[in-house]
Parts: sequence; structure tokens; C-alpha cells
Amino acid sequence: MMPLLAAETISGYLSKEWELPEVWALVAAAVVHVALLGAFFGLPALVGIWAERKVAGRIQDRLGPTRVGGRFGWLQSVADGLKLIQKEDLWPTAADAMLFRVAPYIVVISSFSAFLFLPFSDTWVAISLDVGLFLALAILSLEVLGIILAGYSSGSKWSLFGGMREAAQMVSYEVPLGITAVIPVMIAGSMNLNEIGSMQSGWFWNWFVFRDPFTLLAFFVFFTVTLASNKRAPFDLAEAESELVGGFHTEYSGMRWSFFFLAEYASMYFVSALAVLLFLGGWWTGLPFIDDFFRTSDSVAMQYLGRVLGFAVLMIKASKLVFLQIWIRWSLPRLRIDQVMTTCLKYLVPISCFLFLGATAWSLFLPGRVLMGTQPGLGGRVADAALVELNESSGSEAAFVAPDAVDVAASSLTFSSKGGE
Amino acid sequence: MGTALFTVFATVACGAALAVVLSQNVVRMAFYLVISLGSTAGLFFLLNADFVGATQLLIYVGGTVVLLVFGVMLTASGPFLTIKSSPGDLVQAGVVGGLFLGLVAFTVLQVDWEANAVKLERRYGATSLERPGYNQHGEGHTTRSLGAALLGARFDKDLGRHREQPSTGYLLPFEIVSIHLLVVLIGAAYLARAKRRVSPSRDA
Repeated sequence: MMPLLAAETISGYLSKEWELPEVWALVAAAVVHVALLGAFFGLPALVGIWAERKVAGRIQDRLGPTRVGGRFGWLQSVADGLKLIQKEDLWPTAADAMLFRVAPYIVVISSFSAFLFLPFSDTWVAISLDVGLFLALAILSLEVLGIILAGYSSGSKWSLFGGMREAAQMVSYEVPLGITAVIPVMIAGSMNLNEIGSMQSGWFWNWFVFRDPFTLLAFFVFFTVTLASNKRAPFDLAEAESELVGGFHTEYSGMRWSFFFLAEYASMYFVSALAVLLFLGGWWTGLPFIDDFFRTSDSVAMQYLGRVLGFAVLMIKASKLVFLQIWIRWSLPRLRIDQVMTTCLKYLVPISCFLFLGATAWSLFLPGRVLMGTQPGLGGRVADAALVELNESSGSEAAFVAPDAVDVAASSLTFSSKGGE
Repeated sequence: MGTALFTVFATVACGAALAVVLSQNVVRMAFYLVISLGSTAGLFFLLNADFVGATQLLIYVGGTVVLLVFGVMLTASGPFLTIKSSPGDLVQAGVVGGLFLGLVAFTVLQVDWEANAVKLERRYGATSLERPGYNQHGEGHTTRSLGAALLGARFDKDLGRHREQPSTGYLLPFEIVSIHLLVVLIGAAYLARAKRRVSPSRDA
């Protein structure tokens, strides 16, 4: 058991302990990763749909589901799923059948693939990449394509309107989404989500959201934009049940219909977890004595337990944001499409640009200063590691020295190993 | 493993590219284009060019094709727009495409790959997946060097070496491209602005 807990990667564990050939260890590890991620992909939908109905009920002074599963209707989503699986898979004669059938898969695959780059706890990530955040946002943006194709290929005017609205909305909202996501990247000096998360350790005022006034506002802008990018109310123009029947999914039924919602709830969870990682301290509790108790422990099992705790913390934080999304949906009325575009282009884009400039200026003129706490140097860990490696690789030889040696070192570690031929 | 994945991605990329040419429905073409460009991104990832792969996904698949479909949806007159090309067009396109294919094939065959690999290895050291970094889980080391090079610092050439003059980066091209894009944006906004009608007789 212990080697499993201490293993760096699943494939490494398989090839070392089970003596599998490396290729098969990779394949087996991939299967394990996909199975785990599949569970995380399905779970938010399962819980989210139930929560959506329950919260909607409570907000509207109803009870919501009460019977399925005994109490609180907690098995309602499973019952819904079983019903949807049994339904006939049909498509209208006016539809472009091939695109109509393939569109839900694009949505689900892109939504699922985004989870590949999401760290669930310290080092618990399927693929840890230096471009993690960039790639996650890129893949998440493919979801739009599936929705546009669904709207177009249905051969129905309601669907077409829904698809067009979605396209217009997404093309606009990607701009503030990208800019606000860059702010924590700039602070952390890395696009690796694991690295961004681990920099927010310590007290909760080390979380990027409390770093300076600009990041505080940036978090709210980011949250608003993710609402729109998931087409959640008040930005759910693509569905707009009151005017477009069902919007882009008007013509869908059965499993293909449910794929859209599986992807929507999974994306809701994904962007919430992303917001937590970028702004709300990731998997850290915000109370260093708890985190350090596990992290500095000598026992492998305790360290593992610390990661389990981090996983739970991340899940709880993200679930709260998901709850907030549901709460907003049932509290605010839907905007008009022109209001949606105005909100984005006239308000959110300038605001996010201003916040980006402000956060940059804060780093420039008040380096190492955070808003609430006094602990400087969020990037210190990276810079220290860089200097150690630089010294090791170049020895006494004078290295290329740029104006700000520490920053350069932090951003260049990966090249230091090549020094001296 | 790498070869098998390369075969899969390359086949899908080529097959989808053929489908783009042979299909007549514009939106289906866009769909095949997505598959082709996505597979190309997969090829980039196989080459450890993670940043280029991600950019390919974001800009070409997520951006350009979405805009293309959006444009088709806005402008199409019928329910499903189809394009029928005349035989003359086919011949023309075939000649141009064939010539280009010949040019690329000629260029690729002219390169002495073996000698190049030896030269590259002598210059940069053996390509290894297991380069040490600040984060042992952090794979894909192209982002930082790209970012630094775009700002004018070439760590891949200069770090840990004696140089009188640091190597040149790509700051000027980067700025030129940025300004070019800004001009394009302003131009697009200017062309697409709401035209105010001057109507002096309105109040009269």
C-alpha cells in the first residue's frame, strides 16, 4: 500500500512495482486516469442536477424532489438518467443527420478533456503541463463549436437562433475570460495550474483573490464571465426557454439531449474549480497549521491524507461556487441578447483590461506587497528553486545576467540544465 | 507508442483534410476542418510542442472555425448551404494544389534528415523528455522559452554561457504583429460601426 501512496505517477508505480513494460504501464495508467476522471465528470452532473432542482424548489417556495431514494429525492438524477437512456434516439427529417448526431459528442468530449488538466489536490492531476491553463481554456472553448453545430444542423429556426446567440456570446466573452485568467498567471509566473495552486499556500490572505484590490475584482469578473461561458442564467440566451422553446437543443431527445446537460454541469464544476485554483487558494485550507501538519509529516500516509484533505477542500470550495451559480440562476431574470453583448463588450472587456493593468502595476510598484497580509514573495519558492538549479548547473561560471536576476531565474529554470557544452 | 499515435493523428488529419475538399456542405466542411486541425494539434503535442498545440486548438479550432460557422449561419440563404464547383474550378484548384504538393514534397525530400539530427544533437544536446525543471511534474518546457524569446531574452541560447552580446529575441516582430493586429481591430470596428443617418429634416 505504501508504495502506491508514495508513487509520483501511476505509470511509474505500475512499471516499478508490478514490473509492467513501460508502454503497457502508460496504457494502464491512462485507463486509470480516464476512469477516475470519468467519475469526476459524471459526479458533478449527478449532484448538480439534483441540487439545481432542489435549490430551485426551495427558492421558489416549493420542496423540489422529495421521493426518489427515500428522502430528499437524492436519487432523482439517477432516475432522470435511466429515463433518458430508455428514450428513443430520433432526429428531424430536416436535420443534417450526421452533424446532428455528432454535435453532442463534441460538447461532451471537450468538456471532459478539460478535466485532464485540472489538479484535484497537490500533484493530483492527470496531465501536468506548463500550458495547463491555456490548454484547458482552449479545449473548453471547443464546447461552443458543438453547440453551434447542434443549433445549425437541427434544421429548426429555434435551434438556429440559439446557436447563433451562443456563438456571438462566446466569441465576445472569451476576451474577458482570457484577460482575467491571465492575471493570476502573471502573479504566479506560470500557467501550470498545479504551480498556481501551490503558490497560494499559507494563510488565506495568500490567496490570489486577496492579493490586491485588482485581483479581488478580477475574481468577480472571472466568475461572471464563466457564468456566461457556461450559458448559465442570466446569460442562458442559447436556451432561453421562454422565447426559443429550448434553443439549440430544441430538437434533441434522449441521451443526446442529456449529453448537453452532462457537459453543462461538468463545465460548471470545472470553471468553479478553475476559479478556486486561480483565485481562492486551490486545495489549501487557508489555515497553515492544518496544511503544514500534513505536509511536513514524515509519514507517507499522513502526507497522502493531507492530499485527500486538499481534495475535499477543493471539492467543497468548488461546490460552493456551483451552488452560487444555481442560486444566481433562480434569482436573476434573463438578460436580453443586446444587454448580454453590452455587458461584455462595453463593461466587462474594459473592466478586465483595467484590472489587468492595475494588477501589473501593483506587481511593478509594490512588489512583494499583498493587500491583507504581510507575507511577501508568493513566487519565492520558484525563484529559490531556480537559483539553486542555476548554481548547480553553471557552477562558478558567470551566467547570463538579465536586469532582474530573480525574475529571470524564475522564468528560465528549465533551460539552465543545458549550460556548458 | 509514439509512432502508433503519429499514424493515427496523421491519418485522421489527412483524411479529414480530404473530406473538407470533397464535401459540398459548408458546415460539414467546417466540421471536418475542426477534426483535421485538431489532429494537427495532436501531432504538435507528440512533438512536445505543447504551446503550439494549445495555440492551434485555441486559435484555429476554437476561434477561426467558430467564426467561419458563425459567418455561414449569418449569411446562408437556404437551410443548408452547399457549394458546387465547376469543372474549370476543379482543374484550376487541382493544378495549384498539385504544384504546391510537389514543392513541399521536393523540399522535404531534399533535406538530409540524418545529418540534421546529428547537427542538432551536437548543438542542443540529446532531446530528452526527462529534463529537470523546478517542478518534477511540470512537463512541456516550451512556454517559458517562447515567452522569454518574445520579450527579447533567449535563455535557451544564453543561459549559463559566456557571451559578450546576448542573443537577439523576437521583441520587435512581436510588437509589429501586435500593432498590426490593433490596426486590424480598429479597422474592423470602423467598418462595422453603426452608420448614423444625418436627417436635418427630422424636426422640421
